[in-house]
Parts: sequence; structure tokens; C-alpha cells
Amino acid sequence: MRDIALVAFAQTDHRRTSDEHSEVEMLMPVLHQVLDRTGLKTADIGFTCSGSSDYLAGRAFSFTLALDGVGAWPPISESHVEMDGAWALYEAWTKLLTGDADTALVYAYGKSSPGSVRDVLTRQLDPYYVAPLWPDSVALAALQAQALIDAGHTDEPALAGVAARSRRDAADNSHAQLRGSIPHGDYLVRPLRTGDCPPIGDGAAAVILAAGDRARELCERPAWIRGTDHRIEAHGLGVRDLTDSPSTRLAAEKAGAFERPVDTAELHAPFTSQEVVLRKALRLDDSVRVNPSGGALAANPIMAAGLIRIGEAAARIHRGESDRALAHATSGPCLQQNLVAVLEGDPR
Amino acid sequence: MPEVLKAPLTVEFPFTRSLGPVQSAFLTGLRERVVLGVRTTDGRTLVPPVEYDPVTAEEIRDLVEVAPTGTVTTWAWNHAPRRGQPLDTPFAWALVRLDGADTALLHALDAPGPDAVHTGMRVRVRWAEERTGAITDIACFEPYDGSSAEPAGHTGEFEDTVTGIVAPARLDYTYSPGRAQSAYINALSERRNVGERCPSCRKVYVPPRGACPRCGVATLEQVEVGPGGTVTTFCIVNIKAKNLDIEVPYVYAHIALDGADLALHGRIGGIPYDQVRMGLRVEPVWTEGARFPDHYRPTGEADADYDTYRELL
Ligand SMILES: [Zn+2]
Repeated sequence: MRDIALVAFAQTDHRRTSDEHSEVEMLMPVLHQVLDRTGLKTADIGFTCSGSSDYLAGRAFSFTLALDGVGAWPPISESHVEMDGAWALYEAWTKLLTGDADTALVYAYGKSSPGSVRDVLTRQLDPYYVAPLWPDSVALAALQAQALIDAGHTDEPALAGVAARSRRDAADNSHAQLRGSIPHGDYLVRPLRTGDCPPIGDGAAAVILAAGDRARELCERPAWIRGTDHRIEAHGLGVRDLTDSPSTRLAAEKAGAFERPVDTAELHAPFTSQEVVLRKALRLDDSVRVNPSGGALAANPIMAAGLIRIGEAAARIHRGESDRALAHATSGPCLQQNLVAVLEGDPR
Repeated sequence: MPEVLKAPLTVEFPFTRSLGPVQSAFLTGLRERVVLGVRTTDGRTLVPPVEYDPVTAEEIRDLVEVAPTGTVTTWAWNHAPRRGQPLDTPFAWALVRLDGADTALLHALDAPGPDAVHTGMRVRVRWAEERTGAITDIACFEPYDGSSAEPAGHTGEFEDTVTGIVAPARLDYTYSPGRAQSAYINALSERRNVGERCPSCRKVYVPPRGACPRCGVATLEQVEVGPGGTVTTFCIVNIKAKNLDIEVPYVYAHIALDGADLALHGRIGGIPYDQVRMGLRVEPVWTEGARFPDHYRPTGEADADYDTYRELL
């Protein structure tokens, strides 16, 4: 199998609103940054893949407009997933594995500010039994949090601790939306308080993947993707054990996460309670640095937040702060679908 | 920087879906105050029922009635109900495992406050007064301290079954077109057409979207174009659009405004539809108070030479 690495990562400063910019205007500087970091030009990229959602924009085929920022002329090889960019990365990784391309540009963006993201996310639910009740994303996460509390896996002070640690770590992340000391706040949907929930914001991210020697040319210390896998669970919430995440565990196993310990984990846990579930599923103990970026509790641009986890994990390897890192992305209510990637730097 | 525009945008549609045999039986049952589950081959009863076993993916349709009473398996207190949710007073979201079922159903639980709710509490279905064969036929759950209700053993066979649902969806946005398109729309209100030039390939885009799709770089230099332009290609529309007060047939065209490197769309008027042609020279026609040209009409100039617009087709 070819060695494929993540060689560059860039992201916007994530903000509550970005009225002054259209999606492509928000995205373009990130695309330029990530290309600049490798010296590549659009014409040098073998495959381009993106993740975004029309429901955030309120417009059909909104991703086609974002392509203006890529420079899609002369024609490029391109694909799009109506998912978080982490899944676009998965598609690009498989494309590179086939040998059809040596480099890939993966980007993702989401502007939540035009709509109400709690309502928008109800549209991904089962349309027969669940969506007609309009249970919003915070309510569903709160059901999971209560299940964890009832099972004795956590309590409200412990959840507050996850929130505080995340935002404290985010103080060093200039891109984060919520940084430093944030009040834990009132209940949004009990048992979750505002502090347990992610900020709503706009943002974009991009990474470049490269195969073999190409990766070594483009990056001093490439973050080699040792494995990545994604798994999904039943859509019926009442069918699942919400205190566990078997899909995360299985994805991690298939990605090789359990073969050797990792030193860093970037977990896409938009809600504090979800970090509890993921830590258990991924068997992460206190020796692992979890979400040094602040994670999704510090910035959660929908459709980009999962790709950012992979980018942040890779960036730590680039900087020499990690040798083996795990990155996780999620999609759907209560961690329904999960992707795990394992990244490694060359031995030092 | 000029004002960036904003406007309300509502996306609303009736989500019309057909039901398979299992969903049809379940929703018809709700209309008749009967709750049905489906039995898996390993003997579990799933409520709400699905057509395929979530573990084996085997097709299942062995329907079995369960009780309208049950137990809360987890809950969350919703002190601020949102539009479309089952109750407009504070309520608990709850997963309820009905007596006789092995899985839980999500719905609202009407209770006086969070202190009156706990995992393990007993609840029962409160039926909606008017039932149509939808999940909302369960108005909500309510606290219940009686014994388990005995299901009557319904087989899931009904006359006049529900075969589809219409689930209305509505999402509200405040749409902002961003810097480049705001500048374009603001200029239109002064009856000017403003494009943007790519700093790299020098092409002028109208309307500008802020990026050159060839070069992938921001277009920032504003360029006034038009008002005149050339029809580069066109089609004749024969079907009247709903809510559109334009007589058919009419001509819809790509128009390359003078100075622009991209053709924009517009309707051609002031000339019989069958006399519109490639190369026709046109100009915008503005109506009082409008923020954009109503249509384009012939200027009376000689047609443009094909070579002057062949790159803009
Ligand atoms: Zn250009």
C-alpha cells in the first residue's frame, strides 16, 4: 500500500458570523494558505474533494459556487460529499491509494450564521418517526448526557471540567471562537448547559495530502496516515446504547488505533458528554493529550470541524509535538457515525 | 466598504414520503390508538418498527402489538420549546420503552417540571384528538402510575391503511450574499452594472462572485460594464412559470455586456420572440422602483460580429 501523508493544514479564524463574506470569499484565503505552505498551485493538484451542506446555506448545490475559489479551469478532477470534510479526506485518501493521483486538496466549510443550526440539523433525522417532532441537536445530545449520568459514567461537575479544560487549551489557538474562561452558563436543555455545547459559527479548513516521496518533498515532517475507517450505527436512537460508541471503537480498530498507544487525540465531540463516550470507546487514558486545540467546544464550524480535528492532529506531528496521533470526526445525532484516522511522524 | 446586504430567506416544502408495509402499519395503528412493534428473528421487539433488522439487515415484518404504557430510559428537560415541537409549554424529551418492546421511542413527555421526571418513571401515551396516521398522533407521553396496559393482540391488519406522510419542513435564514455580490446589487439599484476584474487573467466577471473561477483568486477591482450588450445565445421559453406574469413564448438569453468577459442571463423584450438572434445588440430596460433591469431590448445597432463574442458563449 502507498504511504500517504497530510502535508499541510490551514483554517479560518472561526467566528459567530461572517456576513461580509460569501462562502467562497470565506474559503479562498484558506485554500491559498494551504497551497502556499507546500508551494503547490491548483494545476499541480491531482484530486480535489470537499465537504459542505446545502442545508446550512439554504441553497441547492451551494458547493458548486465554492469551486470558484479553487480555480476549476482548465477542468480539474473533483468530488464533493454532503458531509463533514473528514469524509472528503477519506475519499481523497482512497483516491490516492489507487494511484490515480499523487496529491489531493481537501477542503470543507460551513456558515451556520444565516440559519438556526439547531433547527437545520433536525432535517438529518429519520423523516417518518423523528423529524416531524423537531428534536434539536442540543436536545438529542442532552438525552445522551442524561443516559451517561444515570449510568454513572459522568456527572455535571465532570462535564463542566471537560468544558473548562477545552476552552483553557483553546487560549493558545488563535483560530478558536471560544477561548479562555467561559461561564458554564444556564441549562440549554437539561442536563446540558451552554458551556457543555459548542459555539455556533462560520469557518473553513483545508488540507493537502500527498503520496510517498512527493509528501517528503512538500513537508519536512509529513503526518503519515497509517489508517482511517468510518462506521455507522442504526438511525433509531432508541435502538442504540447511547452511553457507548461501538462504531467509533470499530473504526479505531480498523484504522489500527489500538496497535500502539497514541500520544495525542483530537476528538470531534461537540458536546462535553460526547468526550466521555469517545474516551471510553477509544480507550484513552490520562497519558493521552486530548484536544490540545480546544476541540469542537472551542470552534465547531459544521462540516469543517471534523476535518479540523485531522488537520490539528497532523499539525502537531508537523511541529514535532506528537509522534502518533488519533483524529476523530463524527456526524449525525448522538455520535451516530464516526471516522477515525491514525497519523504518525517519521521516527526522530 | 459599502453596506453588505441581508434579506430573509425561507425554505419551505411539504416533505411527501411513501411508507413501506411496516411503517404503514405502525402509523395506521397510531391513527387507531394501537401501537405496533416489529419482531426480529432473534425475538426482540422494535418500537418504533423498522423494515430491516438493524443487526442482521434481514427484512422483517412480523408485527406485534405493544402496550401504550412504558418506562422512560433517558430524558432531557426542554424549558424553551421550539417551533414545531410537540408541546409549546416546557416539557421533557424522553426515550420511552413501551411495555412489550425492547427498544425505545423518542417523544415529548408532559410533566410539571424537571423534578417530576426521572429515568425509570412510568408513562403512558396521550393520544392526539385528531389523528391522521403520523408520529404526531401521539400528542405526547404523560406520567402514569397504574399497571401495564394489556395489548389486545392486534395483528397489524387494517382497512384503509395510511400509505404516505406529508411532513412540512420550514427553515428560516437571513441570507447575505457577501461582499462582491452586495456591491453588484447595490450598483444595480443605481442602474449601473458593476463587474470585477481578475488580477491574474484580467477577465471581468458580471455578476461578480468574488473569485475568478479560472485562477482561484479574489477579484477586487471593480469595473463598470454595459449598459449595452450582445446576445451570445438564447432559448425560447414556452411554458409559463407559476407566479410569473410574463406571456409565453418569450426569449431568455445570455447577454455579454460591453466590457464583460462573462455573459449574464436576461429576458429579451421589445422584439418578436422569433426574431431574436445571436449577435443581437441589446440594452437594459429599467422599470420604476425596480432594483434590477426588467428585461433587455434591441438597441437598433447592427449585429455584433461573431468573432467579438465567440469566447463568451
Ligand atoms: Zn483569473
